[in-house]
Amino acid sequence: MMVLGPLGFTAPWLLAGLIALPLLWWLLRATPPAPIRRRFPGVALLLGLTDATVQAERTPWWLLALRMLALAAAIIGFAGPVLHPAKLDPARGPLLILEDGSWASAASWPRRIERLTRALTEAAAAGRPVALISLADPPPAPPPFTEARDLLASLPGLQPQAWEPSIDLDPARLLPDGSYDTLWLSDGLDRTSRAALARAVQAHGRLKVWQPAGPVLALDAATVDGARLNLPLHASAPVNRVVEVAALGADPSGLERELARQPVTLRDQAQAEAVFDLPPELRNRITRFEISGLRSAGAVSLTDDAQKRRKVALIAPGSAREGLELLSPTHYLHQALAPSADLIEATLADALPVKPDVIILADVGEVAETADLLAWVERGGMLIRFAGPRLAAAGTGDDPLLPVRLRQGGRSVGGTMSWGAPRKLAPFAETSPFAGLILPDEVTVREQVLAEPDPDLGARSIAALADGTPLVTRKALGQGAVVLFHVTANAEWSNLPLSGLFPQMLDRLSVSARPAAPSAEDLAGQTFTPRKRLDGFGLLTASEAAAGVKGADLAEGPPGPDLPPGLYATTDQVLALNALPRGRQLAPALWPAGVTLEGETAPKQRPLAGLALALALVALLLDILATLALSGRLRGPRAAAVAALAVLLLPSPPQAQTMPESRAIEAAANVVFASVPTGDATIDAVSMAGLRGLGQTLTRRTTVEPSAPMQLDLETDDLALFTLIYWPVTETAPTPSPAAYTKLNRYLRGGGMILFDTRDADLAGMGAATGAGRRLQALAAPLDIPPLEPLPADHVLTRSFYLLQTMPGRHDGPIWVEAAPADAEQAEGMPFRNLNDGVTPVVIGGNDWASAWAVDEVGQPMFPVGRGQAGERQREIAARFGVNLVMHVLTGNYKSDQVHVPALLERLGQ
Amino acid sequence: MSDPLPDAAARDLRRAAEAEAAALPALLIAAEHLANTMQMGGHGRRRAGAGEEFWQYRPAHSGDAARFVDWRRSARSDTQFIREREAQLAQSLCLWVDPAASMRFTGAETGRKARPEKLSRARLLALALAISALRAGERVGLTSPLAPPRPGKAQLLTLAQALLAETSALDYAAPDLSAVAPQARVVVLSDFFTDPAGLETVLSGAAGRGVSGVLLQVLDPAEEEFPYDGRTVFTSMAGGLRFETREAGDLRARYRARLAERRDHLARIARQSGWAFASHHTGAPAQAALLWLHGALGGGWR
Repeated sequence: MMVLGPLGFTAPWLLAGLIALPLLWWLLRATPPAPIRRRFPGVALLLGLTDATVQAERTPWWLLALRMLALAAAIIGFAGPVLHPAKLDPARGPLLILEDGSWASAASWPRRIERLTRALTEAAAAGRPVALISLADPPPAPPPFTEARDLLASLPGLQPQAWEPSIDLDPARLLPDGSYDTLWLSDGLDRTSRAALARAVQAHGRLKVWQPAGPVLALDAATVDGARLNLPLHASAPVNRVVEVAALGADPSGLERELARQPVTLRDQAQAEAVFDLPPELRNRITRFEISGLRSAGAVSLTDDAQKRRKVALIAPGSAREGLELLSPTHYLHQALAPSADLIEATLADALPVKPDVIILADVGEVAETADLLAWVERGGMLIRFAGPRLAAAGTGDDPLLPVRLRQGGRSVGGTMSWGAPRKLAPFAETSPFAGLILPDEVTVREQVLAEPDPDLGARSIAALADGTPLVTRKALGQGAVVLFHVTANAEWSNLPLSGLFPQMLDRLSVSARPAAPSAEDLAGQTFTPRKRLDGFGLLTASEAAAGVKGADLAEGPPGPDLPPGLYATTDQVLALNALPRGRQLAPALWPAGVTLEGETAPKQRPLAGLALALALVALLLDILATLALSGRLRGPRAAAVAALAVLLLPSPPQAQTMPESRAIEAAANVVFASVPTGDATIDAVSMAGLRGLGQTLTRRTTVEPSAPMQLDLETDDLALFTLIYWPVTETAPTPSPAAYTKLNRYLRGGGMILFDTRDADLAGMGAATGAGRRLQALAAPLDIPPLEPLPADHVLTRSFYLLQTMPGRHDGPIWVEAAPADAEQAEGMPFRNLNDGVTPVVIGGNDWASAWAVDEVGQPMFPVGRGQAGERQREIAARFGVNLVMHVLTGNYKSDQVHVPALLERLGQ
Repeated sequence: MSDPLPDAAARDLRRAAEAEAAALPALLIAAEHLANTMQMGGHGRRRAGAGEEFWQYRPAHSGDAARFVDWRRSARSDTQFIREREAQLAQSLCLWVDPAASMRFTGAETGRKARPEKLSRARLLALALAISALRAGERVGLTSPLAPPRPGKAQLLTLAQALLAETSALDYAAPDLSAVAPQARVVVLSDFFTDPAGLETVLSGAAGRGVSGVLLQVLDPAEEEFPYDGRTVFTSMAGGLRFETREAGDLRARYRARLAERRDHLARIARQSGWAFASHHTGAPAQAALLWLHGALGGGWR
């Protein structure tokens, strides 16, 4: 192959033909277009006339140029031009392929796999042995060189990891010995291990690097700023574009959906911040943020407790002493919680309906609303109580809202009236949620309430004084818990609320939010179990059983094979570990000189032979026209043909997608049924005949006199004009366009009805057992269909005109309608439940009603139903079902209201 | 198994003979059809003479032969009357249809708007004129001595045969009127692309012998409009003349000017000799031309 700039030629020697072009020029110039020979008697009058235009008897230059162009294009076309020809690597010998395999690779993963496949295919063709190393998931020992074909087969198993290659990769342990070339598929991010590895690789042979163009984008963990959430957005290089950050979380029904979306405009910036200002209800539901349109673990930022904002109700005892702020039982709680929680300061009766996450009772002795509070705790609430003079005085026998039974009065140590020094705290036990917190020396307790000795006391105690008396006790209650601090929430009994330990303890109890970036100290002593892990593409998957992770490791270590990003949890806390390590500054990878950098920007190889030959052909066609025009042959029918061809080749304007007015008027003028075309002419004809038959039945028996049915065109028709849509489902039924689905959904919401008919006697039972059933599932998936149930015996369809028990067509299977609301109850003495208002938007069955209704032109049934008299009876019932259905559509739940008739009559009687 | 060649030859011969035989009645029928549309006028000379129509009774003079006396009329009065007939002089009409190769041109041989050759249109006109003249009792013949003017329906067949037989390999031809009897009327149908000088001589000679008539120029619309473009080599029908141009469209105006000039010239020399001149296009209906011919000659047999 010869390469000229971006062009390559597979058969370059053919280009020698271009030398002949000047010769052709000379030849063509000398040869004017052949004249037409015409017999013409009037030539006698022409004799002696001279041509007006003095023109050399040569081919006009433009025709010449056209012909030269045609020939040149043909020559070039046959020479096999290729735009951006792939440079074939002539190298021999083993090839080592390094793949970063990090989350930054995930965004360009398909292209990487494509490049890998190409490299492996080329290597296989050249017979080069290949070894492949994923740096994010390095093998324990240098891999051997193997057949490229084997690696090609194992390529689908290669997945990007959600972490970056370790910073301390040891080239000696990673790289095989010997001399080989290396292809490094870089993810484009700079990291410390890269330079050393590049040097090591270059010592073995040539290094070629492939890396995607464009900067790598990543989301950092969200930080809380008052009511707002700030999401730092990092790019490896300044970019100029708008990035959309989406917040995802559970909607009220528990499905994950997008809750908010924020565009971030980057103007040659490498750093930006997406700011979400959301109501707390919405904000607490957010489970993750992601850069929309980017499939990478780095583009996902998981949220945990740090981003949650809890509603905490602070309940103080009855009458606060005015003016004594610092003595207020809730002052320190207020100070500790206000930055990270929504505080509700009200009476308990007012606070409970707000459904707070946490209720703190500061020195409240007797709780009036014990039952309500207990129910709230059992549903998952956390009740935290602080002791105090009132609680100590209350004498709580068996208060269920206390974790332990308390001894009346409490004790005082180290006070003016007692012996001994104030007690210090004992180190927290391993099992305590406070495990690992550092005890400040100055924290002492002077007074506390004491628990009655109890077998459970040890288990319930989560913090104790140095002498072993419990300081904080906890008891699980239903799904929630009750926690008692045996000291006051102010500094009266101890100086615990004054110390830094107090907010930390509240934090561990998930009362206040943790700082966004917990330090090792914050998490020390806790063991987190992985709940969910993030894969390289940014998808959360349930984690298989894995060993617990120490909190300190979580706080410090960058994610890696031992610490995969994801959600980690203790019993109280949830901690998110994002793929992007904290403090990671993204920078584009820099490569030493002497490295062949193969940009992903390199355009793909494009053979141009077809284009060149097509150009030659077009030029020749133009030449024909030009020659005809020049020699006067392009006239009369020929010119007309050429003009017609030109008109045909012009693009015709697109047809407007609207319903023809006459059709709309026809549909709107009367009750009109419609059937959805299936693409099968026979079935469509039967559907139309069935609706016609139903129309005749209705006209004979009821006041509904529908017009002729119509075949629906989902794309153009206004569905609102149709009373009932009959949708026969076949295995090959075409799928409507998204626009058509939008219209269908609007139709269903607006009170329309679709009768789905799988025509398979409901063999599938709404399942996927038959092709039509599967197709029905696929077709109906985008429709807003409410929950369904088999037709209940008291559904209004059974009595909207005729009294019916079954709804047969040619078959007699069950049908499905919108489910009745759960609270539908049968009134006393009424035969029917008082069901929902409105019309069921869909009726689904497989009874092939259209065939049962279908009549031919003279009104005779087209298809047999059943056998003999019983069959005719079934056809009659089928017709009655049709009448009932139409009546249901037209009158809604009118018949359902009949349940009130006895009551109304009774009232009238009075 | 028989030799196919004699069969084929016989078939060809027969087909040619049938075509030849068919052409004559077709021409006759077409000409008769055309002639039927004409209302021929009276033929009397508005004076007494030899004829068939009654003219007047006049008293017998001395010297009138007794056999001329109309006894039935004379019996109603005392004098003898002679029954006179209107003099009916038969006129000689001589036709000349240009047999040259140039007359075999048609600008549209096939298609929806196909036009006949100029020659067939000219023959049709000539024969239609002959039919109407023969019906009127005139003597009709060709200018050549092959078919001298004779009256009677039988002459029609002779004329048709002579017209069909007369062809020329030359590109252009001029009429020869030397054999035309004095006082005859002549109809010349041609495209007049030949040298007008020769025509002028012929006409002046004819005028000297009291021969008058009409010139009808039969042209194809293509010859009138010159709808050609581009590089073209024009040759005459027999190939005698050749003219090449690089852009035929440029010549259109000048060709038409020359044609108009030729037409003016022809009209002038016709007028000088007391002849009439007109043009007819094969694209137009033949009837108009026949009407004009009839009108131009009308004085002759009225």
